[in-house]
Amino acid sequence: MSTGLEQLYQQIILDHAKARHGSPLREYDGAGRVGESHQLNPVCGDEITLRAGVADGTLTSVTWDGAGCAISMASASVLTDLVQGLPRDEVIALVDAFREVLRSRGRIEADEEVLGDAAAFSGVSRFPARVKCAMLAWVALEESLLAANA
Amino acid sequence: MPVVETPVTLTPSDAGLTDAEVHRIRNDFPILGTEVNGKPLVYLDSGATSQNPVSVMEAEQEFYEQRNAAVHRGAHTLAVEATDAYEDARAAVARFIGARTDELVWTSNATEGINLVAYAMSNAAAGRGGDAARRFAVGPGDTLVVTEMEHHANLIPWQELAARTGAELRFLPVDDDGALRLEEAAAVITPATKLVAFSHASNVLGTINPVAEIVRLAQSVGALTLLDACQSVPHLPVDVKDLDVDFLVFSGHKMLGPTGIGALYGRAELLNAMPPFLTGGSMITTVTMERAEYLPSPNRFEAGTQRISQAVALGAAANYLAETGMSRVEAWESALGARLVEGLGAIPGIRVLGPRAGVPRIGLAAFDVDGVHAHDVGQFLDDRGIAVRVGHHCAQPLHRRFGLTATTRASTYLYTTTDEVDAFLEAVAHVRPFFGAN
Ligand SMILES: Cc1ncc(COP(=O)(O)O)c(C=O)c1O
Repeated sequence: MSTGLEQLYQQIILDHAKARHGSPLREYDGAGRVGESHQLNPVCGDEITLRAGVADGTLTSVTWDGAGCAISMASASVLTDLVQGLPRDEVIALVDAFREVLRSRGRIEADEEVLGDAAAFSGVSRFPARVKCAMLAWVALEESLLAANA
Repeated sequence: MPVVETPVTLTPSDAGLTDAEVHRIRNDFPILGTEVNGKPLVYLDSGATSQNPVSVMEAEQEFYEQRNAAVHRGAHTLAVEATDAYEDARAAVARFIGARTDELVWTSNATEGINLVAYAMSNAAAGRGGDAARRFAVGPGDTLVVTEMEHHANLIPWQELAARTGAELRFLPVDDDGALRLEEAAAVITPATKLVAFSHASNVLGTINPVAEIVRLAQSVGALTLLDACQSVPHLPVDVKDLDVDFLVFSGHKMLGPTGIGALYGRAELLNAMPPFLTGGSMITTVTMERAEYLPSPNRFEAGTQRISQAVALGAAANYLAETGMSRVEAWESALGARLVEGLGAIPGIRVLGPRAGVPRIGLAAFDVDGVHAHDVGQFLDDRGIAVRVGHHCAQPLHRRFGLTATTRASTYLYTTTDEVDAFLEAVAHVRPFFGAN
């Protein structure tokens, strides 16, 4: 198997695609505010509905329902693990950092210290057709935070 | 005088292409010799767009090098030569589908051809074209009929026409094996039906629809027929007079031609009665500040400066296919289609849409891989140099009908070898193990 494919589908991605942490979508019954976003990639039909709960400036809950490729589902799962319990501003910064890596066409290596398991998606940036797949959940989270107006 | 009996011989055109011929044909297509990801390209996406032989690319280049000028305008020598090349191409493409030359209208692609008819019909509904155009007018109480297997190109223009005019859009459903449920047709195609628009062959299922039967039903209620021949004209012999349809559309880029050119066939008496869609220069006779008279078909529907070099190149593509022999192309691809379905059917966890093995289909197969998304399947194959299409293939309602959002599709053409199909099948067998699907 060529290195390209294995760079893209790292074991951690294949594992998360199955584990789907944060799925299914759940009602948010915690304190604070809740926001939701539905994102669709019309090219391939990848779809996600994500719900974020925010209390006192902290992201207290992320749950989602989705259907799509291994990249999009694994990305949602990794994202959930990464951001639960973080201050809202840090979450926004992480989304920006992730986006920058993914749009770099392979020029920017992800900082594992910052992005944790999400650094495994660095390889996706060399496959421009798949960047949208990896970004889907992250955009949904961004929109959910806006919707929560928190 | 002695009667000379001509011996009945099996001419090559009675059989499919041979392996050796396909290998010779491949030499005409430079791109087929290239590599992708360090592997020889295995191009199995001709259903989306086909590759171009050298003769087609040369026809376009030769036009620009030696004849380029505006057509049907101006009397200088170059303009005459350009017009001749343009009209010769029309004649070649018309001949290729058994149409008269004045029955072939150039369009950008099949999508534009369908929109042309849909907008002409709504212009008729708005009263344009007078009495002669009344048969194209639709409104409340009328129905337009499509099928559940249509490409969005043959669905959305009719949704829009219905929305603009108050007509109702209905559809013929598809059964589990990807065939139209004709037993429902009598309930769907009724005296209220003004148009039946359907595909000759499905770009997802590979199904070849019973055109004669549907045309008979439509004609029995006085409805117009429009055939989406995108997946038939490039792949099998098509004669519009045998099919007896009123309109037929196809795209040049799916039949060895360039992008940006396609055609609409229509019966001459219909085209000459139908109000135009796009209006402007080159489609008129007399113009005053208040109104204009229109030319007959095909110029009536070709407003503005046309895609001349692309038309010339499409003429060359039609000639290439005609010289190869469409029944031989059909036989070759039908064997490839059967090989695809049988091979895929033998791989665990693969569900092929459309006709079962043994039932005729064109040379393509769309399938679902249990536990692996089509996008991932396509990526895996791409890594091996194999180009397939993934997604809904512009047929969302059809995918929904089968409980899917996306499939992977391999589609062949006259230059596809059995070795390529086998390499594809071998690769597909590795997909589920790679992704750990079980
Ligand atoms: C059956 C069918 N109809 C219509 C189309 C639309 O063709 P185009 O995009 O060239 O107009 C296609 C191809 O994409 C097709 O396969």
